[in-house]
Amino acid sequence: MVAGSARDIVEECGVARFVFTDFPLGNPTGKPGDVGMQRAIVGTALDLLERAWLPRTTVQTPYVWDADDNDGWREHFMRVDDSNRAALAAAGEARRRDQAAAKSDGRARTI
Amino acid sequence: MALTERTQRTTNGRKPDGRRAHRSYLSYIDKSRSYYGAHGYPQPYQWAYNHEVAFTPLAKPLSESTVGLVTTSFFEKGREPAGVPVARPKQPYAARCDDALAGLYNSDLFWDKDNTHTEDLDTYLPINRLREFEAEGRIGALSERFYGIPTDYSHRRTQRNDSPRIEEWMREDGVDVAFLVPL
Repeated sequence: MVAGSARDIVEECGVARFVFTDFPLGNPTGKPGDVGMQRAIVGTALDLLERAWLPRTTVQTPYVWDADDNDGWREHFMRVDDSNRAALAAAGEARRRDQAAAKSDGRARTI
Repeated sequence: MALTERTQRTTNGRKPDGRRAHRSYLSYIDKSRSYYGAHGYPQPYQWAYNHEVAFTPLAKPLSESTVGLVTTSFFEKGREPAGVPVARPKQPYAARCDDALAGLYNSDLFWDKDNTHTEDLDTYLPINRLREFEAEGRIGALSERFYGIPTDYSHRRTQRNDSPRIEEWMREDGVDVAFLVPL
């Protein structure tokens, strides 16, 4: 049984039973502080354990992260557009330089 | 039409249901490819894909089954309880659920730190919720230990080292059901 929010990654990997909640990555079993929601999501997983009869069974819970603007978090996450393209390229370059320096110093690779 | 749209907006607050040119949920495979591509990494990450997927029906009623939780979070460096390795790179571990109640460390993992947080354990490791289900008899028990698996770049290490180790611990603990909650 897997409970998660990265639907495509889990479904490509392929698992027996998957409870999908369409939230930002970080809270696959419910919103912080919302015990009722956490209970419902975990309860759905328990129901699925009993009822699934084939692998790759996905159930999506009905919860919405932000009822007023449920596309904002999606657009923001790992965004790549003209406003940040140069900054991302520079960050990648700096990281590669650091990794190359670490390698030549014999330091452990940073992850 | 306008009335229908307005009704939908007021009833669920989201963009109206209906037609879209793209899937509604995020593809993290697509997102990460373009994000790391923009960082200048030409070789995209190779995600796991399996055509054949194992499936095991429950061997006994859930009310008699022991559930074991698996997480991708770890104890904060220096705060590992006895028996949990402090090794880096990370190694799989088994630890008492009671030792996780104060929260685990996952700031080094990849999740949406701008939109949420992981200060509520049960949002990513539902020990308390499963104990409630245990008290109500919905499950037989939550295993006294939970299990941590590194999110390793090496599929080989995950498949050949880490997963079998966790399976061994689960067998030692009499776990019937593996419940993985990856961040």
